[in-house]
Amino acid sequence: MEKRHDYVLWFEECDLESIPIVGGKNASLGELLKANIPVPPGFAVTTKAYNLFLEQGNIKKEIFKILKGIKADDVESGKKASIAIRALIESTNVSDDLQDYIGEFYRRLSKKCNVPAVPVAVRSSATAEDLPGASFAGQQDTFLWIRGVDDIFKHVKKCWSSLFTARAIYYRAKMGFDHELVEISVGVQKMANAWTAGVMFTLNPATGDRSTIAIDANFGFGESVVSGECTPDNFIINKITDEIIKKSISHKTILYTRDPESHCVVKQNVPDERTDIQCVVDKDAIALAKIGKRIEEHYGKPMDIEWAIDKDTPGKAKIMILQSRPETVWSSKKVEPVMKARSSALAHICAGLVAGKKVN
Amino acid sequence: MAENKFPSPHEIEAIPGTEGWERMYPYHYLFTTKDKERKEYEENAFWFNDALHYPEPMYPFDIIWDEAWFLALSQFNTRIFMIPPALGIDHRIINGNVYITPVPVTDPEEVQKRIPLFMERAGYYYENWDKLHDQWEGKMKGIITEIESLEIAPLPDMEDISVVKNGLGTSSGYELLKNYDKLIDLGILCWQYHFEFLNLGYASYVTFVDFCTKAFPDIPLQKITQMVAGIDVILYRPDDELKKLAKLAIELGIDSQIGDDSKDVEVVISELSGSENGKKWIGAWDEAKNPWFNISTGTGWYHQDVSWNDNLNVPLSSLRIYIEKLKEGKSIDRPMEAIKAERKKLIKEYRGLLKTDEDRQTFDQLHGTSELVFPYVENHMFYVEHWFHSVFWNKMRNVASIMVEHQFIKDTEDVWYLSRSEIKEALWDLVTAWATGTKGYGPLHWPEEIEWRKGVYQKFKENRPTPAVGTPPEVIAEPFTIVLWGITNDSMAAWAKLKEIGDPDKVNEMEGFAGSPGVVEGIARVCRSVEDIGELKEGEILVAPTTSPSWAPVFQKIKAVVTDVGGIMCHAAIVCREYGMPAVVGTGQGTAIIKSGMKIKVNGDTGKINIER
Repeated sequence: MEKRHDYVLWFEECDLESIPIVGGKNASLGELLKANIPVPPGFAVTTKAYNLFLEQGNIKKEIFKILKGIKADDVESGKKASIAIRALIESTNVSDDLQDYIGEFYRRLSKKCNVPAVPVAVRSSATAEDLPGASFAGQQDTFLWIRGVDDIFKHVKKCWSSLFTARAIYYRAKMGFDHELVEISVGVQKMANAWTAGVMFTLNPATGDRSTIAIDANFGFGESVVSGECTPDNFIINKITDEIIKKSISHKTILYTRDPESHCVVKQNVPDERTDIQCVVDKDAIALAKIGKRIEEHYGKPMDIEWAIDKDTPGKAKIMILQSRPETVWSSKKVEPVMKARSSALAHICAGLVAGKKVN
Repeated sequence: MAENKFPSPHEIEAIPGTEGWERMYPYHYLFTTKDKERKEYEENAFWFNDALHYPEPMYPFDIIWDEAWFLALSQFNTRIFMIPPALGIDHRIINGNVYITPVPVTDPEEVQKRIPLFMERAGYYYENWDKLHDQWEGKMKGIITEIESLEIAPLPDMEDISVVKNGLGTSSGYELLKNYDKLIDLGILCWQYHFEFLNLGYASYVTFVDFCTKAFPDIPLQKITQMVAGIDVILYRPDDELKKLAKLAIELGIDSQIGDDSKDVEVVISELSGSENGKKWIGAWDEAKNPWFNISTGTGWYHQDVSWNDNLNVPLSSLRIYIEKLKEGKSIDRPMEAIKAERKKLIKEYRGLLKTDEDRQTFDQLHGTSELVFPYVENHMFYVEHWFHSVFWNKMRNVASIMVEHQFIKDTEDVWYLSRSEIKEALWDLVTAWATGTKGYGPLHWPEEIEWRKGVYQKFKENRPTPAVGTPPEVIAEPFTIVLWGITNDSMAAWAKLKEIGDPDKVNEMEGFAGSPGVVEGIARVCRSVEDIGELKEGEILVAPTTSPSWAPVFQKIKAVVTDVGGIMCHAAIVCREYGMPAVVGTGQGTAIIKSGMKIKVNGDTGKINIER
């Protein structure tokens, strides 16, 4: 078992120190788990696995031979190289021991989730992500609703090959990064099979009030909330006391869910009996807000978070955080004092009295 | 605010059968159309029913406190502290109900002129708060001692020989007139002191609230209050004394002798005095009485608000609830450490969320001042409305019994149907007749007049007053108006909405202030006064016009509270926050719409109440 640590790691085993072998995305999932923030379970296929694959398949030399052939100023030659390299990677078999490691982890993940051949997201996690200006990282692919070991291998390879998109090759060439030094890890993560989902801001997006957590929620996947196609239920929760200050239950008409046959995401009408029902119970909204507060503490700034309440995962872990990024609208505003500074409380009191209180 | 329409004050008609009611109240309390200027002033002002202090119509005598604070509050704003934009609060009466309006300084230049004056005068008080406050406490205790020792003696057929031998030179008749004047004067003086600190206390609190709501638009008012509220509040002392006595009873093993509510206090005391431990307990009980049992069972504003000392069965009954709880192994103590920790956490975390150094400085300044003044805001009521008033009402009863003796009135409790100046006149009638050896005119006049007034009062009581008349303002600067009555757009809109529905049996949702957080569903129990609390069953939701400290023990039994009147600082809200149970306060008409036995949902987070029909 000692060797598997080189090739596959549970997210729980990843942290910032493991960025060189699991990439930024997987490492940050590990960090979130360490901060007690629930994310859908999964594992990282390390950069060592990628290297092993290149070596065992005897394709490393060939790849770098193709890369040597391109000219920095010739976009066309880069495109050709990309197609050739990607085809090469995707058609090469994953060696048996690597198949064992990944396959075993996938089976254990399915067992953990109580779902046979659990649908997962397979996404690349580049080690160069943190390089300044290395925005090509975002070009790498994410594949959703992947099921079964064979499809996992197929899409892991697709992620590996995404290191060699024409754009990535061009970018590295231009910036003078060594192709050989760039490595890639892949994350395999359970798809959140959301009963309800939505977004959460760790401030009030309407007022910028930082003592508030605002949650928008609808049945099904978060798409209906993110896209604004549906008026979601809204919760305003006091971040300090974890009390619900205000909640608005909306008439919810549509939801996104997964078609059980095609595994594609489909839009449906919300069943009549559920349209006007609160889609997240108070207790879960409060639990969610507490997680939001932890995420904010973890990153040290107001955050914009996508979350889901999962149908499959048993036990406490049912609330899941899918994405979190710094809030931008209020956070980029120039910070002005709430009230002009004054020499004493009395000066404030006097100014306050003179201004009076607007009844409207 | 424009959508909230209220009737003109001059449109409200007398209730049939009460015509002539105006003579029961001071003439200047009446709305008038006689003078164009006064009429316009009255129409353009916004008068709201002061249901916080007066859930019931005014007795002609009880209006004394209204007159007292009319003067005291106003003078401190207008003439003493020179609050820049605010003068006093004007008062009127319609159909027995008091309506008040804050009077602004309308000339901007005048406001500017008042600013330096205010800074100097208020500044002196804030800077010397503790010293002046100690002095205040001394003054209050002084006048309470004075009123307690004030003797209202019956008139003798013949003066004692000592009058002659001491060369006294005055009679008991003169003493009665003098002591009545003294009694009234002490009452008015007490209310002068009442406002010595209160205006500034509220001004400071309002400014802190303003800052907090600007920095945190979502902050619930109750959280701001929690950040400044005192931990060791005098108003809790009477209740704490009962808890101590309950524990002592169990400790001494005499709890079973205290029995249940079928046993009168006198029986209990006489039984207990038979044993050593019983005597020990009686000692503690007697010691608690003064001053702590001078707590009123109501707000203290009405003569009928008897104190615990007036009816010792009231505290005894509450004590029994505590004994019962203790025997069930439950804690009856207020969770002081938890309250302190929560307060500390709120201050630290809200402050921590502020973004600039300027804001943190402002927060510290305003929080510091509010924390300094708030204990006064919370504690003054014990001295004035409870302790002083309780003594005062009983002294007035002494006056009344002399009037009964001379057949000016039939019953001591009839005296409240006379105004204080009418009583003064009647006492002159009585005393001169006594001095002259003739019959007074009073017995021919007052009993008949009182019968008529009782009928009028009854009709006033059956009438539900309109919440407000006149024209709503755009800005309110008067600190009391903002805090005490919680007069906000929302509450007015909610009241107006209720009025539109008209039929109270059709209302299934109403709104008040979110007084204490939490959501609870349960059976409502309407208690119009503290005497009804015996009907409350474990786990019910109390619906009351308002509550006061003497209601404290019921909070052990219930799971939520709804009141007609009160803002975030009212007794029910404070106590519910302590016990961690939901409260919606200031609903306007909760007791009119909710009936005992109804299933209701109280949402202390949003201030909403749902009624299941």
